[in-house]
Amino acid sequence: MVKSKRKPVEEIKNSITDYSRILTVGCGGCASVCLAGGQREVNELNAELNVAFRADKQSKKLGSYTVERQCNMQFLIELDGKVKDYDCIVSMACGAGVQLMAERFPTVPVFPAVNTVSIGVDREIGMYEEKCRACGECVLAYTGGICPVTRCAKGVFNGPCGGTNRGKCEISQDIPCAWLDIYERLKSQNRLNDIMKLQEPMQWKNQVQRTTVQEPYEKRYYR
Amino acid sequence: MKAGSNLEKILRAGHFAFTGELGPPRGTSVEHVKEKAQYLVGHVDMVNITDNQTAMVRMSSWAASLIVKELGLEPNYQMVCRDRNRLAMQADILGAYAHGLRNILCLTGDHQQFGDHPNAKGVFDIDSMQLVAMVKKMRDEGKFLSGEEIHDPPKFFIGAAANPFADPFEWRIHRLAKKVEAGCDFIQTQCVYNMKKMREYIKMANDMGLTEKTYILAGITPMKSIGMAKYMKSKVPGIEVPDEVIKRLEGVDKKKVAEEGIKIACEQIEEFKEMKGVAGVHLMAIEWEHKVPEIAELAKVLPRPVVE
Ligand code: SF4
Repeated sequence: MVKSKRKPVEEIKNSITDYSRILTVGCGGCASVCLAGGQREVNELNAELNVAFRADKQSKKLGSYTVERQCNMQFLIELDGKVKDYDCIVSMACGAGVQLMAERFPTVPVFPAVNTVSIGVDREIGMYEEKCRACGECVLAYTGGICPVTRCAKGVFNGPCGGTNRGKCEISQDIPCAWLDIYERLKSQNRLNDIMKLQEPMQWKNQVQRTTVQEPYEKRYYR
Repeated sequence: MKAGSNLEKILRAGHFAFTGELGPPRGTSVEHVKEKAQYLVGHVDMVNITDNQTAMVRMSSWAASLIVKELGLEPNYQMVCRDRNRLAMQADILGAYAHGLRNILCLTGDHQQFGDHPNAKGVFDIDSMQLVAMVKKMRDEGKFLSGEEIHDPPKFFIGAAANPFADPFEWRIHRLAKKVEAGCDFIQTQCVYNMKKMREYIKMANDMGLTEKTYILAGITPMKSIGMAKYMKSKVPGIEVPDEVIKRLEGVDKKKVAEEGIKIACEQIEEFKEMKGVAGVHLMAIEWEHKVPEIAELAKVLPRPVVE
């Protein structure tokens, strides 16, 4: 899922300081799962903002609400009635949610409360690891289920490079070499042949904004 | 002849090649380049001109290559994948050829984190192996990577690097095979200190028939000091320095360490001259260019052959 991390309270405060009625909106999707922007984090943020504004002797009205997901317009409709009582919105969703919110309420300033970091997995509670860069041309079939685009510092497709160092990447002894892991996994599965042949240059598909239409719907959207 | 460079002629004639290396300045001084290059003229068959080596900004490789070429020294134009995408690479390849460059060395490049702009966006659009294949396609098929025709295609003698010492050792030879398949005409290896491993590696290359398809030049960097040897051993990824080498340097008088380092290098060169499958050596004496004439003399590789 999408992993995000909350921005420092100071930064959020600076972006909304000119407004007096602020609605903080959480997201029950990914942002909630990674403990960055669900209902609990909305309450925490508002409490912090309260303290910060009070220290500046500013009085603000801070509202809170959490929708099921901010990345679908259907879930934003329920905010229509509320938003008119506020001067701005702080969205705790990922970048996609923030943008859809801004699209729904084009006359109301919308500010992000989190930095969207990655598509990743849960390692421990509150610890997430990036796994996918959404390049649009998945190569995991021949790399033993280990992504070189995300994990290899130089994103090479014919690794490991000459810098691999005691199992680690040349950039740090704390980062395992992705290609060494690919090699070991394929070797253990007797699949080294998969990386014996030269891998052709990537046809990058993520250089323009993409719209995804699933096949059964193609007829509906494309003529 | 694929490109007709001096290096290609020397290798095809069966001579033992001897190549050098020069790092362009972090500034615009032509004099600086010439000063370093003068020691190499007549002592090496070709000189590698590094491309933003260790991810530090320097005068571009093609520009410094043109300066050394004026002095009668044949450049090996290095190109890394870190700083440019496939469009910029192909454009530079055309331009470099138009200006008379004939050798190219295709590298992935050190990660930008090591350099003076650690938060730069690394490009890595294609990797070094794909770069080799692209330069070959431009030369042999007269086509850009896209498949479109090139008018008067550039004909480079194509080189790549290989590191016999990085993990996993048993995979390294297959990676070399991939580079050969991609189309490299010559290989310059990482600095060799572990001769035992190198012998094994070359033997595998011979057994797999790779040395018939590509010329391997063994990398040599003489140790200047014990500190340098220890640093290389512990800090430089992909370089293997056996304890014997350090012991040997520690065993001589402090003032004679550099001399001993050169002696070790010369002994290696002697062995490489006799080693089947090794076509020459590549001397990387960075910031030690003035020592190259002396090393070449001691290694008995002078005078350099002239092949018409
Ligand atoms: S050491 Fe491994 S992970 Fe790091 S850049 Fe090289 S191949 Fe990629």
